[in-house]
Amino acid sequence: MTNLDGALAQPTESPQRLVDLVFRLREYGIIAVLVVFIAVTTGLQPRFLGQQNIKFILLNATIFALLALGETMVVVSRQMDLSVGSVLGLSAYVSSNLFGQVHGIPIPVVFLAGIGIGVACGVVNGAIIALARVPGLVVTLATLYIIRGIDISIVGGGEVVASSLPAHFLAIGSDSVVGIPYVTMCVAVVIAAGAYFLRSFRSGRELYAIGSNPDAARLVGIPIGRRVFSAYVASGAIAGLAGVLWATYYGTVDSTAGTGYELTVVTAVVVGGVAIFGGSGSVIGAAFGALLLSTIATALYALNVSPFWDPALDGLLLVLAITLDRTLAVRLANAMRKRTFRHEP
Amino acid sequence: MGKSVEMTAGDTPPGDPTASLRRAVHQREGEPFADGAQPAVVDPTNSPGEDQPALVLEHATKSFGAVRALVDGDITLHWGETHGLVGENGAGKSTLVKVLAGVHQPESGRLVVNGREVTLDGPAASRAVGIAVIHQEASVFPDLSVAENVFIGREPLRRGRRIDFKTMNEQIAVIVERLGVRLDPRRIARGLSVADQQIMEITKAVSLNASIIVMDEPTASLSAHEVNRLFEMIETLRREGKAVLFISHRLQEVFDLCQRVTVMRDGRHVFTRPLAGLVADDLVQAMVGREVVDRAGAGGQRIGDVVLAVEHLSREGVFTDVSFTVHAGEIVVLAGLVGAGRSEVARAIFGIDHRDAGRVSVNGRPLRSGSPTDAIAAGIGFVPEDRRQQGLVMAMAIDRNIALASYDHLKRSGLIWGALERRFATDWAGRLLLKYGRLSGNASTLSGGNQQKLVLAKWLGRHPSLLIVDEPTRGIDVATKAEVHRLLEALAAEEAVAVLMISSELPEVLRMGDRTLVMREGRLVAEFSHSEVSEEHIVAAATGQTAAAGDLVTTDAMGHDTP
Repeated sequence: MTNLDGALAQPTESPQRLVDLVFRLREYGIIAVLVVFIAVTTGLQPRFLGQQNIKFILLNATIFALLALGETMVVVSRQMDLSVGSVLGLSAYVSSNLFGQVHGIPIPVVFLAGIGIGVACGVVNGAIIALARVPGLVVTLATLYIIRGIDISIVGGGEVVASSLPAHFLAIGSDSVVGIPYVTMCVAVVIAAGAYFLRSFRSGRELYAIGSNPDAARLVGIPIGRRVFSAYVASGAIAGLAGVLWATYYGTVDSTAGTGYELTVVTAVVVGGVAIFGGSGSVIGAAFGALLLSTIATALYALNVSPFWDPALDGLLLVLAITLDRTLAVRLANAMRKRTFRHEP
Repeated sequence: MGKSVEMTAGDTPPGDPTASLRRAVHQREGEPFADGAQPAVVDPTNSPGEDQPALVLEHATKSFGAVRALVDGDITLHWGETHGLVGENGAGKSTLVKVLAGVHQPESGRLVVNGREVTLDGPAASRAVGIAVIHQEASVFPDLSVAENVFIGREPLRRGRRIDFKTMNEQIAVIVERLGVRLDPRRIARGLSVADQQIMEITKAVSLNASIIVMDEPTASLSAHEVNRLFEMIETLRREGKAVLFISHRLQEVFDLCQRVTVMRDGRHVFTRPLAGLVADDLVQAMVGREVVDRAGAGGQRIGDVVLAVEHLSREGVFTDVSFTVHAGEIVVLAGLVGAGRSEVARAIFGIDHRDAGRVSVNGRPLRSGSPTDAIAAGIGFVPEDRRQQGLVMAMAIDRNIALASYDHLKRSGLIWGALERRFATDWAGRLLLKYGRLSGNASTLSGGNQQKLVLAKWLGRHPSLLIVDEPTRGIDVATKAEVHRLLEALAAEEAVAVLMISSELPEVLRMGDRTLVMREGRLVAEFSHSEVSEEHIVAAATGQTAAAGDLVTTDAMGHDTP
């Protein structure tokens, strides 16, 4: 079996390098953009990198980065979860309101309650999508409104105010160690765990397989329904957790908490390099996407640019990200077509 | 490394289905190769299945609606043999493969694997009895690594149920080395060449410990080097005692690689023989072997000026240096195997795809590359192969579909008038004897044959000077088929329309073509006049058996066996 031919290896390896290069660029590109953006802003406004600003940027990014973790799990399997903002709102109110209803309730129980609400919402989403085989985009668009409606009917005109919440609870969202907020550190740990799960466990890799080629996934016997269901439950649980953290950070919770977050989260995920039609992208990339959006918002403030420009810039970034993905994909396909048929050396 | 060799080489006799099943179950539970793997290369001489065939399929039938794809599917594979399966397009080869893959369940017939009768109710059942099928279009997960593609759903695990990437990569490295090829297990599958995808699929088959390996046209888009490399891999597997079923249109490959061959025609088994003593002509005749229906009389005098002139047309990686002309009143048929690049040439002429080189002109007027608008303005009508997806708007009314290409003639003061549109549609529906319920009904309400007439009506309404029809009678009933044939002949004879027709059905090619051009692997390799064309000539030219076609007009030496 010594039929290795040096000439044979050539056509195999050069496209390989091309593909790897392209995908590495996409993964690390977001970090490069972030660094350049910070450098430029700091050049224009040296006080931008002050400790207060960094803390503000991190706190702002934390909730979105956490939501982006759940959203990434759903998006890599070629689905979408639009209900995360509403789940966050419901969880934030119901969990923080427990302090007023049950005197002396332990903080961990409040967290569990928030996560439980998220799990319940995720189960509903996932069950409808997996059993009825309806696109998740439409189902979660519906539950976005339904869950928000439930939230409004529970909250009514009321709100939870910071003074009714225990100081320890609020400290989670405001205290920090060496300039990094507690809540950011906790979320970083959760994100790292999520990234590890998606990378190293069968059920995680199978989410990528489902998003990459659903037909082939069915042929090799991956339980698609069960995997997609689990992804939605995870996304719900994470949105529930994000709701409680949101309450520790803002202190005041009314029925509008988390409104419109779903679109920011999807933006962060796509800008962070997760393919909108599934199959590729990482949790870490999505977290950096959230960090970039938060940095831009803060930088505009620091540079005295009207905050009205913020959504426009986010949109521009999104268009750039998907255009880049599309261009790379087309270029790659063309290069491959030509290389495949370049017959004799 | 030595340890890994033991783990990956077959630890079960090639045909022991229960062992394969046990293994599959173990792997699914996350304990790959944990069942006391004590293997080495399988020695067929002391395998328990030695004296019985690896696989026997008898009298399998399968129909899709009214189409009988498999009438009498028979095949017997022995251990340690590479068995060729040949037949024309539509002879039932792919259906037979899908039966073995567990994708299709035959309506009747018997399948015996290593002496045990089995029923395959799905791909998993097929894998469990030790069959691995490498389909024409490999089912690759482009975003996953090669190693993950090979081990998907049965990855080796380490402590804490985490995927053991290291073991996975090592096992692949061992298999790949055993097969004598190169493949980096860590790279992403996206962008792998077809050849490398096949290496990946073969690696998967080996890692699954499959004892029967079925390959559906694995060489269709490989270069000469890649074919050689594939053959070496297949030979390695065969020497290990596995049974290989090899399907190819290239008869020379079957002679080079296989020990026995089975010929199929019209869904039936024709014969199974050792290749020793056979020549290519024997196979060609067995593949064709039907009566030739000739066209009553192909006119020669009605042929007029050049309408379509195609010069040195190329699209990199798809077809190369294609030149031909079609005259007014002439029907030119493009024959060849599926995948030879015929539809792609038609698409490039009509401007759906860009061309990389060459010129196309209609009535002396050059066409821009990649502009269907230009092509339509020059007088081309295009009836695509996939009429449901590309030829019609299925959810739109019949009359609107007919008028769709002619709105510039139906406008009055900038508006399209419903009455004009209906009159136009009624007129053309009548001329083509379209059978419909209501003209305002959706195109989807028509039968397949009438849908095809609808697509034709849409273009005829523009009075085209050139009509390109891609497989115009595929999947339509015999009566309508004859009507379509007569219609195309009448268009050429009476209205002097130039017709370029793509057809994979030999009787149709023989009947319709004033001239027949044969394409193989992206090149035009032969041209026959109506009087000299025969099924044998076409099959020989299309499969590269030039020996059988001594009197060909052209025999381009596009052999894949060039160094």
